[in-house]
Amino acid sequence: MNYFPDEVIEHVFGFITSHKERNAVSLVCKSWYKIERMSRQRVFIGNCYAISPEGVIARFPELKSLTLKGKPHFADFNLVPHDWGGILYPWIEAFAKSRVGLEELRLKRMVVSDESLELLSKSFVNFKALVLVSCEGFSTDGLAAVAANCRFLRELDLQENEVEDHRGHWISRFPESCTSLVSLNLACLKGEINLSALERLVARSPNLKSLRLSRAVPLDALQKILMRAPQLVDLGTGSFVHDPASDAYNKLKATILKCKSIKSLSGFLEVAPRCLSAIHPICHNLTSLNLSYAPGIHGNDLIKLIQHCRKLERLWILDCIGDKGLGIVASTCKELQELRVFPSDPYGVGNAAVTEEGLVAISAGCPKLHSLLYFCQQMTNAALITVAKNCSNFTRFRLCILDPIRPDPVTMQPLDEGFGAIVQSCKRLRRLSLSGLLTDRVFLYIGMYAEQLEMLSIAFAGDSDKGMLYVLNGCKKLRKLEIRDSPFGDTALLMDVGKYETMRSLWMSSCEVTLGGCKTLAKNRPMLNVEIINEDDQIDFSSDDRQKVGKMYLYRTLVGPRKDAPEFVWTL
Amino acid sequence: MQGGLCLVGVGGGGGGGKGGGSANESTVSKVEKDYDHHPAESDELELGLGLSLGGGKSKGSAWGECGRILTAKDFPSAVSGTKRAADSVSHEGGSPPSISQVVGWPPIRAYRMNSLVNQAKAPRSEEEKVGSEKEKSKDNLKKKICNGNKTNNMFNEKGHLGFVKVNIDGLPIGRKVDLNAHACYETLAQTLEEMFFSSTPTINSIGSGAEKKDSAAKTSKLLDGSSEFVLTYEDKEGDWMLVGDVPWGMFLCSVKRLRIMRTSEANGLGPIFQERNEKQKAKPV
Repeated sequence: MNYFPDEVIEHVFGFITSHKERNAVSLVCKSWYKIERMSRQRVFIGNCYAISPEGVIARFPELKSLTLKGKPHFADFNLVPHDWGGILYPWIEAFAKSRVGLEELRLKRMVVSDESLELLSKSFVNFKALVLVSCEGFSTDGLAAVAANCRFLRELDLQENEVEDHRGHWISRFPESCTSLVSLNLACLKGEINLSALERLVARSPNLKSLRLSRAVPLDALQKILMRAPQLVDLGTGSFVHDPASDAYNKLKATILKCKSIKSLSGFLEVAPRCLSAIHPICHNLTSLNLSYAPGIHGNDLIKLIQHCRKLERLWILDCIGDKGLGIVASTCKELQELRVFPSDPYGVGNAAVTEEGLVAISAGCPKLHSLLYFCQQMTNAALITVAKNCSNFTRFRLCILDPIRPDPVTMQPLDEGFGAIVQSCKRLRRLSLSGLLTDRVFLYIGMYAEQLEMLSIAFAGDSDKGMLYVLNGCKKLRKLEIRDSPFGDTALLMDVGKYETMRSLWMSSCEVTLGGCKTLAKNRPMLNVEIINEDDQIDFSSDDRQKVGKMYLYRTLVGPRKDAPEFVWTL
Repeated sequence: MQGGLCLVGVGGGGGGGKGGGSANESTVSKVEKDYDHHPAESDELELGLGLSLGGGKSKGSAWGECGRILTAKDFPSAVSGTKRAADSVSHEGGSPPSISQVVGWPPIRAYRMNSLVNQAKAPRSEEEKVGSEKEKSKDNLKKKICNGNKTNNMFNEKGHLGFVKVNIDGLPIGRKVDLNAHACYETLAQTLEEMFFSSTPTINSIGSGAEKKDSAAKTSKLLDGSSEFVLTYEDKEGDWMLVGDVPWGMFLCSVKRLRIMRTSEANGLGPIFQERNEKQKAKPV
């Protein structure tokens, strides 16, 4: 099969970076499998329980970069009990033991202890990048260990983690010799930061391109830091509050003018609206703007800002911008590719901040839009159909109507036709989240048209098992399916059990599946873990199989039932 | 209330689609047939996408059962079953209770939700002109979710939202209550009273009309010892304590779960309790 020496093939493989493609390549023949596995440096594991750390090391001994995901997605919304699992420590332990040359670690929804961070910092000499997203279980002590021991640290990126703050001067633990930082994201930290230590750290990091500060960093400190890092490309401010007439503020305005490279702006974790004009001068360069954590900025101030941002490709914003503001976005930001509109008042009643009008305007004005997350009060079929006509490029379409079973308020119909239009028009759609009043019909459409769909999120939708069956039968590329509060039961669950081995995972909570159904599914399926999360001892395992299961999470695996399952998790 | 979703209006279940006007029925079944046999030809099917919506009575009648306006009242009852998300339902006042009581809805990351809440209670930055609407919604937010005791909650073992189990003597199935939704003992006690003793229609009260009346008679403040029941909690050390003795923040840090105990069994729960007993005895009859 091989006409070339292995080294040549390996060299060619070096140009193949996507995980999917490398996986495909490794299936061609034994020789390619061997060459590929010995040369793979970046490994992506979408479910940390699908494989053991030892298994990963055995197959990819040369790995340098690991991405690991732990808890199921619905854990983000408190649907998964606290100590369900997703623990990092065994991975670090195994890698350390086998002397893996780990350089990068990216984690999502994992439980990361200070001990694991300490072990990490001491075990991998060339460790360069730590990215933690939506993780928990660690404190600033763990960060101190990383700062102190990872001598070549380039990236420390903490996104939306729950970090226990031990009011320590962990920033001071970066030694004077540490000058390699390229990216530092501290936005999620809640406690005080030693500002002068931070400033000195920035001053000795000439390669620093991305800096995101926490709320504890006030405006005057920001100004001093920016003076040291005019080369920044990505800036996240902390607190942005000051009297606009003050010296400090004027100094900041002058300093910002020097930061000609900033393309990405975020933060404003605390903001006085009149201070926003300080950033107007850099708006014309911005490709990414995240104001979704900036409280209480009036729609008009947002509009004034956005009008300067003609090059924007990504915008994350709160719904205070209103439909009118979205209209301005539509007419200004012609390069827009990704839009996320978050609710400023998730439980508010009748605060029609954004509606279908805003979305329609965006779809008409932004031809390059392909990724959407939109929280709104209401949506109509007509609007969705128009959006589908205007924008057929969607790869990610997530719509969240705050009242999850609200019909089209104009026609009082379910939103089946609207979503149907989206899936029919957007042939490259990979991710879809539904909301609003929906019947089995929407799933019929999804099964028929959403050929590229990989991830589907369903809540309070459907009428019968047919709905789920349409999806399972039709969406050939489905990898992740998560369903809550929908009337799908055993019939749908058991129709095609082989399907689940082609997927990463299935989550069903508050549906109609029974204990018996889950047991049947799990029988003779060594490649699947079927886990029941049994809070409050709701289920009596010994008795009635007809009991409904509150939460079921199943996933394919090579290593059988996990050994770290807590007592409320039963693997059938 | 058995049966799944019971989306009111769609409660006709699968019948909704079938029971409709004949024109529509045949369309649906045609679609299904074609889909089953010739998925590849689906492109040629015109499913009526893009055609008039709401126009045409036939369509209307097919969905007639779904056509009813769903109000907030429908929503909590649609989320049925004691095991379901509505476990943590706490009925507060008259404002629409629906959305805020469903666990995990809207689907916003807990981290973002927490920071929204912290913003709601944080002192407003200077000179911000806040319209009265924003004011109201912020207050609602404050009332309904976390409060100033957030920092304490960082260190408790219950996770981001302080859901703890609550059991009452005599009922095997417990409920859960979100401690973060309360700022003081009074609102917590009120919530629990409504949860366990309330006579308003709730999921638990189906078919228990007679019991309802009795429960109402028992209703009385759990905190002052004048009820047949008393509210207790298990703390970090495993001891059972009376609720109300320590400052709220301290309580949040140490509480693991709650139990509504019969007063007769709650003897010896602490000197305060003896005091209460005595006070009660001393009340003029």
